[in-house]
Amino acid sequence: MTTTSTTQPIVQAKDLNKSFGRVIGLADCNFELYPGEVIAVVGDNGAGKSTLIKCLSGALTPDSGEMHIDGEEVFFKSTNDSRAKGVETVYQTLAVAPVLDISENLYLGREIRKKGILGTVFRSLDKKRMRKEAMQSLNDLGVLTVQSITQSVETLSGGQRQAVAVARAGAFGSKVVILDEPTAALGVNESARVLKLIRDLRDRGMSIILISHNMPQVFDVADRIHVQRLGRRAAVVTPQSHQMNDVVSIMTGAMTVPEDQQQLTPVR
Amino acid sequence: MSSTAPTTAADEFAHRATPMQKVQSSLHRYPWLSPLVVLALLLVIFGVLGLVLGVGDLENLFKPGTISLMLQQTVIIGTLAIAQTLVILTAGIDLSIGAIMVFAQMFMANLAVYTTASNVTFMAGQNPVLAVFIGLIVATLAGGLNGFLIVRFNLPPFIVTLGTLSIFTALTLILFKARTIQGKEMPDFMLLMSTKLEIGPLTFTLGLIVMLLLYVLFAYILRGTAWGTHVYAVGDDPAAAELSGINVKRVLFSVYVVAGVVIGIAAWITIGRTAAASPNVAPEINLETITAVVIGGTSLFGGRGRLLGTLLGTFIIIVLDFGLSLAGLDQAYRVLAIGVLVIAAVAVDQWIRKVKV
Ligand SMILES: Nc1ncnc2c1ncn2[C@@H]1O[C@H](COP(=O)(O)OP(=O)(O)OP(=O)(O)O)[C@@H](O)[C@H]1O
Ligand SMILES: [Mg+2]
Repeated sequence: MTTTSTTQPIVQAKDLNKSFGRVIGLADCNFELYPGEVIAVVGDNGAGKSTLIKCLSGALTPDSGEMHIDGEEVFFKSTNDSRAKGVETVYQTLAVAPVLDISENLYLGREIRKKGILGTVFRSLDKKRMRKEAMQSLNDLGVLTVQSITQSVETLSGGQRQAVAVARAGAFGSKVVILDEPTAALGVNESARVLKLIRDLRDRGMSIILISHNMPQVFDVADRIHVQRLGRRAAVVTPQSHQMNDVVSIMTGAMTVPEDQQQLTPVR
Repeated sequence: MSSTAPTTAADEFAHRATPMQKVQSSLHRYPWLSPLVVLALLLVIFGVLGLVLGVGDLENLFKPGTISLMLQQTVIIGTLAIAQTLVILTAGIDLSIGAIMVFAQMFMANLAVYTTASNVTFMAGQNPVLAVFIGLIVATLAGGLNGFLIVRFNLPPFIVTLGTLSIFTALTLILFKARTIQGKEMPDFMLLMSTKLEIGPLTFTLGLIVMLLLYVLFAYILRGTAWGTHVYAVGDDPAAAELSGINVKRVLFSVYVVAGVVIGIAAWITIGRTAAASPNVAPEINLETITAVVIGGTSLFGGRGRLLGTLLGTFIIIVLDFGLSLAGLDQAYRVLAIGVLVIAAVAVDQWIRKVKV
C-alpha cells in the first residue's frame, strides 16, 4: 500500500517534544502534511492535537525536535513567524476580537495603511481598502450572509464567526491552513458550510490540517487521517483503508496498524 | 452584498426588534449615546428649574460667564481622563494618575522656581521651558514604570498603580516638602496654559484648547490607526489578540507610557488652571477620572468605549457640580448624584454587552 513518492512535505515535524510541567503534551511526535491535501488529526481528549498544531503555528515553542516548512527548518517564536511562512491557523478558542468589526478582524495584526504621508507619518489606516478586500475574500469563499463588513463580530452567529476566522486564514496568500475543531460549536447546516469552505480552500491549492472529533466529517473531507495518541502519532490511515470504528480503536490503543499498512505518503 | 432586502435570519430578526432592543443595539454601536442623553437631560432639568421656575441662582448656569468657567474647569479631569480611558480600554485601571500628575507639576515648579524649602534645591532655578520638558519626561517615565511592572511581572494594574499611587505621593512630600508654589512666584511660561482667548461670548483658556486638541488627536489614534485597533483588541480578549499576532505586552506597555505623556501635559495645564503647584491640588481627581470614563460609556471590562463619551462624562461631572451648587444644594447631593450615575452606567454597560443584533 505504501507508495514511494518524491514529493516533499509542505509541513513536517520530527520528534517533537513538549511538556507542561509534569504533563506531557507531545512525546517524539512526527507529522507530515503534503501539498494540496487535507489531513485530519484525530485523537482522544488530551492526545496532544492542539499542542501539535500550536507548535506548528508558533503559539507554543517545542522543547525539542525539528519543524520544516517546504523542506526548510523553521524556529517559530510567535504566530507572526508562521504567518510569514504562509501558515495560518484557526484556533479551537476562536481567535477573533468580538468588539472589532469583520474587516478589522480580518486584518488584525496586518493592517493596511494609506499610501503617502497619511500612512507613513500619520499612520492612517486605509479602512476603505481593507473593507473592500475583506468583502472580496468573503465573496470568494462564498460567505455572503453577513449584513455588513462593518458589523462587529460579536453580533454574528457562531457559524458566521467561524467563517470570518476561516476567511482570515485563507485570505492572505497562505499555503497552509490549520483548523482546530472548526465545527465543534456549530449546527448541522453551519458545519456543512464550513466543510465546504475547507474543500474550497483545498481546491484553491492550499494544504489543510483539520482537527476534529467528528468522524463522519473527517471521513467526508480528509484525504489522510493522522491518529494522535498519548502525545505521538499512532498511525496514518485513509478513509478508504479503514473504517470509522477502526480509527476509534487506534485512538484508544485497542488496535495498532503496522507501518506497511499505513498511508505515510500523499494520496493526491 | 447590498442591504436592501433582509437575507438572513439575523437580518429578519433585526427587522422585528422591539424598541428596547433597538435602544440596546444603538447604545452598543454608539457607546457615547448614553452620556449624551444624560448631559442633555441635565441641561433640560437645570434649564426648567432655573429659567422657568427660578430655583436658586440656577439661571446663572446659562450665562456665558458661567459656561466659560465650566469649560475651563473641565481641563484637569478632562485631560487626565484621556489617560484613564486608554488604560481602561485595555481592561486595566490606573489609580496613580492623580499622584503622578501632582508629582510632575511639583517637579516642574520646583525646577523652575528657586525655593529653599525643598530637597531638590541643587537643581532648582532652571529655564521654565526646560522645567516643563523635564516634568513631561518624568511623567512619561512614571507611566512607563507602571507599564513595566504590569507587563514584566504580570501584575494586575490595580495593584501596581495602587503601589505607585503611594510611591509618587510619598516622593512628592519627600522631595518637595509639600510646599505650595504660587503662580506669582513662577516664570510666565509655567502659567502659559492659563492664557485667555475670547471665542464669541465665551472665554477659553489655552489649556482648554490643548485638552480639546488632545481629544481630537487621541480619537483619531484610537479609531484610525493600527495601534488604536490593537488597544481595543487587547482589551477585548488578550489571548485572541496574541494569537492574531499582536504583541500584547508591547501594546500594554505603550498604553501606560502614552498615558504618562498625557498626565505630564495635564500637569502643566493644572499649574495654569490653579495658578499654583500644590501637593493637594485635587485630592479626588483619580476617582473623578474613573467616574468620567465610566459614565462616558467605556466598559471597565475593556475593549469597549469611545473617547467622545469620556469628554461628555467630564462635562456631566462639571455641569452637576455647578448646577447643584447654583441651586443651593449641598456638595453631598452632587456626590450622591455621581454615585447613582456610576452605578447606572455600569448597569447599562452590562445590559448592552448582551446585545444580539
Ligand atoms: N497550557 C497548558 N498547560 C498545562 N497543560 C497543558 C497546556 N496545554 C495542554 N496541556 C496538556 O497537554 C495535554 C495535551 O493537550 P492538548 O490540548 O494538545 O489536547 P487535545 O488533543 O487538543 O485535546 P482536546 O481534544 O480536548 O482539544 C493535555 O494533557 C493537556 O492537559
Ligand atoms: Mg484541542
